[in-house]
Amino acid sequence: MRIRALVVRITRQFLRDKRTLALLFLAPLLILSLTKLVFDGNTVSPEIGLVGPTAALSEKLEEQQASITLFDSFDAADKALHDGDLDAIIQIVDGKPDITLEGSDPSVSRSTQLVLQKALQSGAQDLAPTVHYLYGGPDMASFDSFGPVLIGFFSFFFVFLLAGVSFLRERTSGTLERLLATPIRRSEIVLGYLAGFGIFTLIQASLIAWYSVQVLGMSMSGNIVNMLLINLLLSLTALTLGTLLSSFASSEFQIIQFIPIIIVPQAFFSGLFNLDAMNPVLQKLSYIMPLYYGADAMRGIMIRGEGIGDIQLDIYVLAGLSIIFALLNVVALKKHRRM
Amino acid sequence: MTKATETSADSAIIAQHIVRRFGDRTVLDDISLTVPRGELFGLLGPSGSGKTTLIKLITGIDRADAGNIQLFGEPMPQLKMLQTFGYMAQSDALYQELTGKENMAFYGSLYGLKGKVLADRMQSAASLVNLTDHLDKQTSAYSGGMKRRLSLAIALLHEPQLLVLDEPTVGIDPVLRKTIWNELRTLTEKGVTIIVTTHVMDEAEKCDRLGLIRDGKLIAVDTPVAIMVQAGVHTIEEAFISLGSERSEHS
Repeated sequence: MRIRALVVRITRQFLRDKRTLALLFLAPLLILSLTKLVFDGNTVSPEIGLVGPTAALSEKLEEQQASITLFDSFDAADKALHDGDLDAIIQIVDGKPDITLEGSDPSVSRSTQLVLQKALQSGAQDLAPTVHYLYGGPDMASFDSFGPVLIGFFSFFFVFLLAGVSFLRERTSGTLERLLATPIRRSEIVLGYLAGFGIFTLIQASLIAWYSVQVLGMSMSGNIVNMLLINLLLSLTALTLGTLLSSFASSEFQIIQFIPIIIVPQAFFSGLFNLDAMNPVLQKLSYIMPLYYGADAMRGIMIRGEGIGDIQLDIYVLAGLSIIFALLNVVALKKHRRM
Repeated sequence: MTKATETSADSAIIAQHIVRRFGDRTVLDDISLTVPRGELFGLLGPSGSGKTTLIKLITGIDRADAGNIQLFGEPMPQLKMLQTFGYMAQSDALYQELTGKENMAFYGSLYGLKGKVLADRMQSAASLVNLTDHLDKQTSAYSGGMKRRLSLAIALLHEPQLLVLDEPTVGIDPVLRKTIWNELRTLTEKGVTIIVTTHVMDEAEKCDRLGLIRDGKLIAVDTPVAIMVQAGVHTIEEAFISLGSERSEHS
């Protein structure tokens, strides 16, 4: 009864606040689309300058879709490299290829080196291995690999921000004090918030899932119901954590200050970046981060087609964290009414 | 203890030796107070004197460090007793995105009102504070006085036995203020106990009895006339100043 009243109220507030609705529903779609555009473009063909008589090499390089410019002297090529017209220069010194890379962007250097390597090795075609993929395939772009992590990240980030700010506002506007002067239980307030926000996070999760698979064409090998479940659990964790932390903030600005402390480290540890190079002790930090479990499950479902059995640990951890944060919320409200 | 049980039947509030500290600061120091049912009791004191803290202890929102409080014979704090009083806080606790009507409906349903009862109560509370024509507006468009009136209407919604009003008439024009005070008077005649904090002196004179609070101590509790006589002055304002300084000279 009282929980329902809270849910109705939260829903009405949301529907009146068009900007917040847009933040919740459209912002994640916008950022996902932008990320796709940035990371999923066509493969870049490196600009390579050749010096001297290297006709055979030039042919092979063009097979690898590099664009070739011929130079008479190394100095002329070097000037073009300085002007930013070239990514690499190749000349033959003592019968061996000598390569100068522009080098300021590691990803360009790497793709240039890859092209050169392929071109120089292509003589020995009999030894070319046949490649099989366990998951994904030769067409899988890097966006397909970290897209699932991003989906989880956005569900988490926007819900965390909204829940934190709304609950804070409840405190600073005096409505929390007034609310606690009614016979509502502290647990009913927390449950009301969970249910009220839960409706909107469920809509958000469905929208993001539909958009990333159907519109952005992200690779999806698993079941969309599992994906929704993980997204919802992740949002609930964000919701309970956001409201809990808002007890420690005294203004909207202080909620924003939680972003570099709570949100950004999770982005680093959630699998957006490969952590294998990190100190193994520090790697363990990811085990305390909710987003790590969400991202792990999302990747499992979308890339490796994992079923509910494979992701159950992630489900338990996320559900457990939500419950713990919610209970802590009920305790934190004691600060305002001691019964 | 025996004294408390003797009077609990006809007393709305019995507070005995209440102490409340925040850290090492004593906000309320040994306050004892009895308010009979149907009384319009005024709490008068400068800001920071402990009025709001005392109200929170009486209603059970906060807990005293020492002493005990009974509300309608029940020891406080108790969750079920939150149903017995209507509360108007110092800040207008309204949801800006909602209309006046939606705000009322929300708080009403927290008190367990629903359906036709809720609709009827909303209508009569709104007409009492002259807001019937503005109920469909979002409260963000309300003036300060309108917000105050809506808060009062919300406090009246569930027809509580006790009304706790923290500075109720700030920002309300004199005509409406008079109407509201007349209405408060009518409510006390029906047996409703009202506790009002104020620092408007002419309002203080309309109370049945006054409690003067200063630095967390109750320096006088009596009818407005008796307080003025005791201090040998002609206005409550002068009485407050004279009683306050007398007290600090003694201590």
